[in-house]
Amino acid sequence: MRAVLRQLRFTNKAFWRNPASAFFTFAFPLMFLVIFTSLLGGGEVPLQGTDLSQSTYFVGVMSAFGVISACYTNIAITTVFSRDAGVLKRLRGTPLPSWAYLTSRVAHGMIVGAILVVVMMAFGALVYGVTLPTGGSLVSFVVAFLVGSLALAALALALTGLVPNADAAPPIVNASILPLLFISGVFIPMGDDAPTWMTTVADIFPIKHLVDAMLNSFLGGYTLPGSGIHPFAMDWSDIAVVAAWGIAGLVIATRTFSWEPRR
Amino acid sequence: MGGDAVITVRGLRKAYGDVEAVRGIDLTVGRGEVFALLGPNGAGKTTTVEIMEGYRDRSAGEVDVLGYDPAKAGSDYRRHIGIVLQSTGVDPFLTVRETVDLYAGYYPKPRDVDEVIDLVGLGEKRDSRVNKLSGGQQRRLDVAVALAGDPELLFLDEPTTGFDPNARRNAWEIVKNLTALGKTVFLTTHFMDEAQVLAHRVAVIARGEIVAEGAPDTIAGRDRMQTRVRFRLPSGAPEPPSWGQTPQPDGSWAMSTSDATRTANDITGWALAKGLTLDVFEVTRPTLEDVYLDLTGGEVGTE
Repeated sequence: MRAVLRQLRFTNKAFWRNPASAFFTFAFPLMFLVIFTSLLGGGEVPLQGTDLSQSTYFVGVMSAFGVISACYTNIAITTVFSRDAGVLKRLRGTPLPSWAYLTSRVAHGMIVGAILVVVMMAFGALVYGVTLPTGGSLVSFVVAFLVGSLALAALALALTGLVPNADAAPPIVNASILPLLFISGVFIPMGDDAPTWMTTVADIFPIKHLVDAMLNSFLGGYTLPGSGIHPFAMDWSDIAVVAAWGIAGLVIATRTFSWEPRR
Repeated sequence: MGGDAVITVRGLRKAYGDVEAVRGIDLTVGRGEVFALLGPNGAGKTTTVEIMEGYRDRSAGEVDVLGYDPAKAGSDYRRHIGIVLQSTGVDPFLTVRETVDLYAGYYPKPRDVDEVIDLVGLGEKRDSRVNKLSGGQQRRLDVAVALAGDPELLFLDEPTTGFDPNARRNAWEIVKNLTALGKTVFLTTHFMDEAQVLAHRVAVIARGEIVAEGAPDTIAGRDRMQTRVRFRLPSGAPEPPSWGQTPQPDGSWAMSTSDATRTANDITGWALAKGLTLDVFEVTRPTLEDVYLDLTGGEVGTE
């Protein structure tokens, strides 16, 4: 455990000094949040029979995007870079247990993801007066975050087995995630009237379920105007789908993860 | 641990598919020894050393390093060894000191971080980030990282490949310092001079087999091989007696001898008696390179 924390400290130090990772992982989601809310913040998204303000919507989905960026894109790309540079092979030759290294890497992604979520919520509350989840909603939001970030990290590690080298890492990782972000309501709200084929495709993959779980728990305290009804609640089946993908990712990762550069 | 042997390898074989990279090699390395595995590229050096380091499994044979079987050993084994791989990296965004500190922390009894940095001559670069170091400095950092845990045994896989002559001499100094610290060093190289300068014992590997083993000076009967003597007389000198020399196209005389001391004495004694100064007088022992080329069938390591 001490080894994990120590590794985490150094991973964190290196992360913030790397302009590429600090920018693309950390600044990108925040930038998107500001752009989307500034452009569309005044509009509304039809969701669950109500008209939700775009700014509230984007704070919710961009939180999910932050977690995806920190725990999937970032972990997958930096792990391939470390593998290609021979860092992983060298670590394999030291007494540091592999699990300790991987745990610290995943924990770092989760911490960055958590910071992103907190910053976005603070931004939403301060600038747009978005109501933040409390009580039961907050608990389900934290569950969605934990299950989602762990599952994404497992999938990220599984994906590295398919990436031949560092040059191929950004395009392959982005190709695996960008289309799903688009059809899962992250950049463009799908609302209630999205094409069926698109929601059907999106339902297969974990991203939409993660986004829905995070958005619904985030909106748990939202009250339908003039009725006292709470239309949003996290659907545990979303969590189940995300967890199933995570387990599949873990199984694949344990079989295909490589500590040595591929030649 | 068998006696004072740090590494014992018997009948080691490794096949990649149909290609047998290592074809039954035996090695013994004693405590405190610098052992060089010398061979051309593709001879099986890296495969052999990576099996000992625990990176690869073997197809057959026995390997004992510090009482561990590297193929089954875990963290326990790696506490005792330091590894400098052919191409490895460390995080480019950490400083030299942070990097050595990070790696030192993996070991139960690490060396002092600053001492290690000074040992490899990176004292002035202590607070520089890794990505600001030159190639040679990064290689020195590789060595520092391998030394951080104060290992008993150090594996160096072609530590000076790609170095300029100056950097090579620096690296050699570092390895010599290690010997003074009582470390055992297992070195692979395709440079004859490196093996000559550093190693107590050399094994020459070619096509996956050990073709010769011994001290650099005596390997493959190098000490018993004929020495070549060449001399040139000043103009107007009288005809020399016959010691077995033959005239050379450039007007000098040359011969091979198994007793260089006597031959040299015969020639110089005669010249002195005649009051002559020889224009050229050369005594050339077969170099490790000659032996190596002979043993490896003329495959010279490129680069």
